[in-house]
Order: sequence, then C-alpha cells, then structure tokens
Amino acid sequence: MSDITSQSLFELTSNIKEKKLSSEEITKVFIDRAEKSKKLNVYVTDNFEKAIDQSKKFDSNPNFDLKLPGIPIAVKDLFCTNGVRTTAGSKILNNFVPTYESTVTQNLWSQGAILLGKLNCDEFAMGSSNETSFFGNVQNPVGENLVPGGSSGGSSAAVAANLTPVTIGTDTGGSIRQPASFTGTVGLKPTYGSCSRYGIVAFASSLDQAGPMTKNVRDCSMLLEVISSFDQKDSTSIDYKRNCYSKELSKDIKGKKIGIPKEYRVDNMPDEIEQLWKNGISYAKGCGAEIIDISLPHTNYALPTYYIVAPAEASSNLARYDGVKYGFRSPGQNLIEMYEKTRSEGFGDEVKRRIMIGTYVLSSGYYDAYYLKAQKVRQLIKKDFDDAFSKVDAILTPSTPSSAFKIGEKTNDPVSMYLNDIFTVPINLAGLPGISIPAGKDKNNYPLGLQVIGKPFDEQNILNISYALEDKINFKNDISDWWLSE
Amino acid sequence: MSKNSEYLIERENKQYEVIIGLEVHAQVTSESKLFSQSSTKFGAEPNTQVSLVDAAFPGMLPVINEFCIEQAIKTGIGLKAKINKKSVFDRKNYFYADLPQGYQISQYKYPIVGEGKVILDMPNGQKEIGIERLHLEQDAGKSIHDIDPNNTLVDLNRSGVALMEIVSKPDLRSPDEVNVYIKKLRSIMRYLGTCDGNMQEGSLRADVNVSVRLKGETEFGTRCEIKNVNSIKFMQMAIISEANRQIDLLEEGKEIDQETRLFDTKRNETRSMRSKEDAHDYRYFPDPDLLPLEISQELIEKIKSDIPELPDEKKKRFIDKFNLSPYEATILVSDIETSNFFEEVIKNSDIKLASNWITGELFAVLNEKNLEISQSPVSAKNLSKLINLIKDGTISGKIAKTVFEQMIDGDQDPLIIVKEKGLKQESDPKAIEELINKVIENNSDKVAEYKSGKDKLFGFFVGQAMKESKGKGNPQLINKILKEKLNG
Repeated sequence: MSDITSQSLFELTSNIKEKKLSSEEITKVFIDRAEKSKKLNVYVTDNFEKAIDQSKKFDSNPNFDLKLPGIPIAVKDLFCTNGVRTTAGSKILNNFVPTYESTVTQNLWSQGAILLGKLNCDEFAMGSSNETSFFGNVQNPVGENLVPGGSSGGSSAAVAANLTPVTIGTDTGGSIRQPASFTGTVGLKPTYGSCSRYGIVAFASSLDQAGPMTKNVRDCSMLLEVISSFDQKDSTSIDYKRNCYSKELSKDIKGKKIGIPKEYRVDNMPDEIEQLWKNGISYAKGCGAEIIDISLPHTNYALPTYYIVAPAEASSNLARYDGVKYGFRSPGQNLIEMYEKTRSEGFGDEVKRRIMIGTYVLSSGYYDAYYLKAQKVRQLIKKDFDDAFSKVDAILTPSTPSSAFKIGEKTNDPVSMYLNDIFTVPINLAGLPGISIPAGKDKNNYPLGLQVIGKPFDEQNILNISYALEDKINFKNDISDWWLSE
Repeated sequence: MSKNSEYLIERENKQYEVIIGLEVHAQVTSESKLFSQSSTKFGAEPNTQVSLVDAAFPGMLPVINEFCIEQAIKTGIGLKAKINKKSVFDRKNYFYADLPQGYQISQYKYPIVGEGKVILDMPNGQKEIGIERLHLEQDAGKSIHDIDPNNTLVDLNRSGVALMEIVSKPDLRSPDEVNVYIKKLRSIMRYLGTCDGNMQEGSLRADVNVSVRLKGETEFGTRCEIKNVNSIKFMQMAIISEANRQIDLLEEGKEIDQETRLFDTKRNETRSMRSKEDAHDYRYFPDPDLLPLEISQELIEKIKSDIPELPDEKKKRFIDKFNLSPYEATILVSDIETSNFFEEVIKNSDIKLASNWITGELFAVLNEKNLEISQSPVSAKNLSKLINLIKDGTISGKIAKTVFEQMIDGDQDPLIIVKEKGLKQESDPKAIEELINKVIENNSDKVAEYKSGKDKLFGFFVGQAMKESKGKGNPQLINKILKEKLNG
C-alpha cells in the first residue's frame, strides 16, 4: 500500500470499506503530516483533537454505506462550521465562531467525513494568490516562495501537499480553478445553483459557488456527488436531478464536439500555454472527440464586467461587518467613528479596494454607466456561450494565462493580478460549470491546467471529458516535500 | 366638492392650496418575518425574536415568506390595483446600528403592486385618491438611546418584519382628507386581514409629503417630506404646521428647500433632518440572493376568490338591500368589527332599529367607556333580543333605553330584565280602556274643555294615561283609544 496521505479519495474509501485502514489511522497520519508542514501555512484553524475523537467514534460503529466513510477533510475557511472558528481569512472575523453549519459542509459530514480544520484563503475570497489573507501567505508545495493561487490557496496547497485527501473551495471568478491549475490538482466550479450557498461567507452572491478540489477527476466526481444538493435555505439553489457523477464517470467521449474559442488566444500569452492548449486539443482528438472552432465574441469584456459586478455585490455583502453584532470591533466615541475604525482596521487593502470600487459603481449617477451596463454585457457573455453550446458539447481552454508566480511578484499591481482570472471569470458570469485539470508543465516545471467548460447542469459531461484527457495526459506532480520539518 | 368646503390657507387676499401625498408603512399581518421564520409578535423581550438571518450572520440568506407575498397581493386587490406578475427585491444600502445587514431589502423599480385607488367619503361627496404603488420591504430593528447613558442599545425583534409601503399620489388636499384616507386604508386592510392597523404598536406609520401653491396654480410647489409620523392627529398637526411654514417662506419671497423634516410633537413644528444635498445615496441594486418574484395568474385568481366583501361594496349593499341612508351605511361599514356586529344583530331583528341602536345608544356607551366594538358590553345576541322586544310591542322605545342601561352591566338578557322588573308593555285594549276611563272620570273638567275645542289638551290625557299605566302602557294603543273616547 502506498503512503496513506498520497492515496486518492477513491483509494482511501476503498481501504476503509475493506477494513484495510481505519478512520483513526488515516486521520492521525494526515494530522502528523500537517504538524510537520506548518511552513506551508495552509491551516488557519485546526480541528485535530476533535477529528481524532470523531475518527475513533466512526471506527467504533462504522457505516460503510456512506460516501465518505470516516474520511478526514479540511475545508476552506469560508464555510461556516458549527463550533469551529470561521474567519474568511479576515481580521474582522478573527474571533467568529458560528453556531451553524453550511449546507455544503453538512453534506460532507452527513456522508461520514470528519473536519480536519479550516484552510487559509484570500480575505473574503478576494485575491488570486492567497496573499490578501490576514493569516499570511500560503506556500505552494510545487516550489518555495511560489503562490498557490487564490482565493482557495490553502485548499489547493493542502491537496497538492497531501495534507487532506480532498477539499472544497469556493469559486467566484476562478478561485477554485486557478489555484488548482497552479498546484497541479483538479478543481471544479459547478453550475450556479448546484451547491447551496447557505453558510458560506458571501463575496459576490450571483457568482459564488462551492466546488470540489481533488487529486484526480474520479475523486472530483465522488466529492461533487456529495456536496451538490438542492437547498430551500438558498433561494438561488436549483431543484434538478443530479447525476451519480462517480458511477456515471466514463472515458468514452467519442463523437463529443469540443469547441475551441479563438478569443482565448490573448496577447502575450506564453508559448508554453499555447503549446499546452494544442496538446489538449490533440489528446481530445485522440479520444475520438471532434474539435470545432468557435467564437465567444464578448470574451474581452468579461474581466471588466466581472470587476464591476463582483465588487458591487461585495460592497453590499460586506456591509454587515460593522463591529455591532459579532467579529472585530474597534471602539469609537460615536457610531460613525466606531464604524470607521472597525472597518479600517478590520479589512485588508484588497477588500477595501473592492468595497470602494463596488460603492462607486453603484452610486447615483454612475449606476447606469457601470453596474447596469455590466449587467447587460453579462447577458451578452451568457448569450455567447448559449450560441456556442448550440454547436458544441463542451469548450476547452487553458485555465490560466501563466503558471504560479512568486510571492510578492504582483502584490503592487492589482490589474496584473486580476488578469490571472481572464479565462475563468467568463464562466462565472455565465453561471456555467468549469473544471481545471493539470495538463502539463512550464519551463520551470510548474504545473499548468486546462479548463473544460460545460453547459448548465452538464457536470457529468465535463467530468467525463476531463477523465478521458487525464488518462492521455498522464500528469505527474513533482513535489519534493521540501517544506517538511521534523 | 363644492367650493366652500375647500381647505385653503389665507394670507392677505391670497389663498394657498395644500398638496399632500402619503407613504404609509403598514406592518403585514403574518406569524413570521418577510425573509425568516422568526416570530413577529409584539411586545416580546428584546432580542428574543431574532434569527441568524435577521441578525445578518455571515453566510445567512433570505428566503421569501410566501404568506407575506399573498398578503401584499390581497392588499393590492383591495386597493383595486394592478398586481405586477414580476417584481424585484432590491437592496437599499445604508449603515445604521439597528440595520444588521447594512442594507434593507425593499422593492425599488419593480414593486409587487402598481397603480390603484381609494375612495373617500367626504361630507360633500366622494373623492378618489390615487395609489401610486405598494411594495414590500423589511423593517429595521430599534435603537434605544435612553437606557444606558453611554451606549445605544439595539433590539432586533422588529428586524426583518414585513412592511407594505403604500404610496399615494399627491391627491390629498386637507388634513380632513388625510384623516379619512388613513382610516379608509386601515379599514380596507382590516377587512382583508393584511394589517391590524394598530398605530400604538407602530403597525401603521406614515411619511407625509407636503407642498403648497396658490389656488389656481397647476404646477406643484417644492415638497418636503415629514418622516415617520405615527398618529393621524400628529399627521394633521404636522401638515398644518408645515404648510404654514412653507407659506410664510413664500410670503417672505424665499424659496422652499426640498428636504426631509421631522415633526416635533411637543413644539408643534417641523424641523429639518437633512437637505437634498445630504440625502443618502442608497445605491439600490437587485438583491442577488433573491430571484425576481414571479406571481402566477392562478395565484392572483385564487387570492381574488378569497377576498371578502370590502367597505365600498358592503356600503352599497347596505344601502341597496337594507335601505339604509349613505350616512348610516358609511358609519356601519367603516370598521369590519362594527359591520360584523350589525349583521349579527339583524340576523334576527329589525334592520332600521338595529342601525339606530348601534350608531346611537351603543356607540355612545362605547365612546363613553373608550371601548372598541369588539369589547362591547352588550352582545349582538342580546341587542337583537332588545330590538325584537321593541318591535313586537313588548316594551316601548323609552322603556328599552332603561333596559339597555341595565344590559350594559354584564351583558344581561333583556327578556329577563323586562320580566324581573315587570317592564312589559300593557297592550291589552281592555286594560288600557279601563285606565283611560279612570283618567276621563278623574278629569271631567279637562274633558269638557277639550270638547269645547282645546285640542292641545290631548297630550295631557296621554300623559295621564301613561302615568296611570306606570309608563308601561302601549303608546299607540293609548292614543287610539283616547281618540275614540274623547272624540266619540
């Protein structure tokens, strides 16, 4: 048997069901490794003691019918967890302990999973490098001083570093797929409305979706199956029949029509990205898929549209962090002073920047020019995809325009940071499912990802295409455990 | 309306007209809040009716309470208004300690109910007041500044309670019309069961928009909005005071600033709260946590079919079917409890007498004791018994008043009172004839005078006969027999 922490979710559940491993054994091994991996800074809050208790409890009365039997899982610190501190990577929620559980995490526990702890992320999920977290940078296990992507940077690093078998992140403009791409892991953003937003600290409500982050496509299908559910507590949750994604997983994609959007060939795109894409296309052909050139004419407007819509919603969603009811408060002589001090000290720069952008674009006199126009463009972007999907079954693009960059490299240039999400934001704006799978490496041996985009609710199809490509690509992450301490 | 009933404010041969529009905030009658399941019961201990949604905890999401939607539709139908099949909930963004989300969920561009109307019964006839719109919104919590000397305390029990904001067109022209309008609105909502209209508990409040113009002008003047006035009396006082303030400014050749004002009830004057320049920028935008609200024709039809008879229709029926005067009908339908009481009484008794007794004796007692009709000391059942006793001649109207006075004390049965006190009217012609004979015998001199032409003495004989009967003689019978005897 290979090292426990490097096993896939599929392997671990099989081993538990076959009683080759106990939940306690698995849980302890992951905790041991976490203790030696502090340098990566993936955990904001650990739940190790309780996790061991729960694993023992599982082993004493195991239920092998569950989909995640006694599997320890760490989750992004954006999911509210009952009795376990939830910070959203922010000082303003530094002391916040929810009395309730998010629907998505509840789905994990209901299927037998055990909470290992809460993973670092960009503050309120605003960032592409995990550098905006109040709790510090996360190291990418791929290489020292490399960002793990963001906002789900703690999650991507934890999966790549074998600190959790699988994890869940959230994706508002690429926050699952971009870090997955940077760490050589698999990350899927489901169709908007698939996974409940109840109990997830909100960033931009019309874009936020939770999704699985895993080592491979099969694990991804297993985890999606657990977390995707209709929820009456979220008015934007959609009631539709969800597939048994792992059971229906298939490499047979013969005859599938895969679109290649010409607008994704952006200026200054590195040759290795271009090459990666070409390789992806030839693998798809090799699997019997039909390649079709398509156009998504409004792609260029996606990023500016996103950076109006998302901050607008965020500026309103974050108004509740005012020092009155919970979280951090900096006292003042009067209400206004308390607000000003609390929010000035409680939020980091990137969050403040987005609150200000959002407040501006919603202001009287600017609303029509910015917010309203952005909503109109959003409809056009959606329509681009609708038109494309009348001709193709899925769309293949690179996940990111570059590989992971150095910590600190882009912190003073927000626009270049925002450009990281250029291939991922259109999918959020259109509410579509998208998955990033590791597909190659650049000259530094850093992983690069390909993105498969599907029709609404067609997660099964993009999982199948990814499953087939994964087999052809045969990607191997080259991680040396450089960070481990004794 | 005739000219002399116009409400005009005079200044040196000039006459100013007052233009009033109301934004009424009516609390929706509902067990739970607009977007959460917390109770809406009034008077609970502070912060005991607050859910995680109401307190805006991280990750909490609003879920529409369908019942509140139905209540708004019902009210819209009652206001003869257009129900919008698609409406949108927006966020109205502002910071305040008792606004946990940092925004109020309201409806801005696309309200659930569009244009409608309310008919006012004014002394000089009917007047129609246009309704601009009705929209749903959340109430905020309550900031309490007077308990702790150094801190403001916040009670979130009201946070998230459903309100209907009913916006009138600027069709009101006098404090009297405002009085009748609010009462009519309240009456309609109470008929529908969509708002209890309890102003003491804050279930009905209004923002009052006031402007003035010279009589004959067609353009509106600059308006000021007086925020959050919570009784009809204060609304009327605020309007008079504000209109006079504006006229004074105009008379001095000054301009009126469009602004938001507060009414100081102690000093009977309005004062500036914030000017137009300082007006909040609420940064309205559609709430991304809620999908646009779609209402099916089917639901509208279902609600329509459940709409009870409303005051205007009821009034018409009372006039047409019961032959009541418009005045009587207006009084009887003004409150659903009153009309229910009336209809209960007339199930078994005379309509005209019931109307007279309810609007006369009963209202006098209720007024005197400061009671609602729902607390009436005399039940509909016993009042109808009393009316039947009058109608069938068992007691006279005069005796009935004596009986009624006793009924008030613990809703006593009039039949028992009449029996115990022996108040039954004497209607046996023989007995009446006997006592009349006695009166004639005892007053032979008066009889002679009468017969010689002193007709006026007839009343004297009636009085004597009544006295002889100890007040119980049937007056009609006494009259009849006396006439026969004296004229025969």
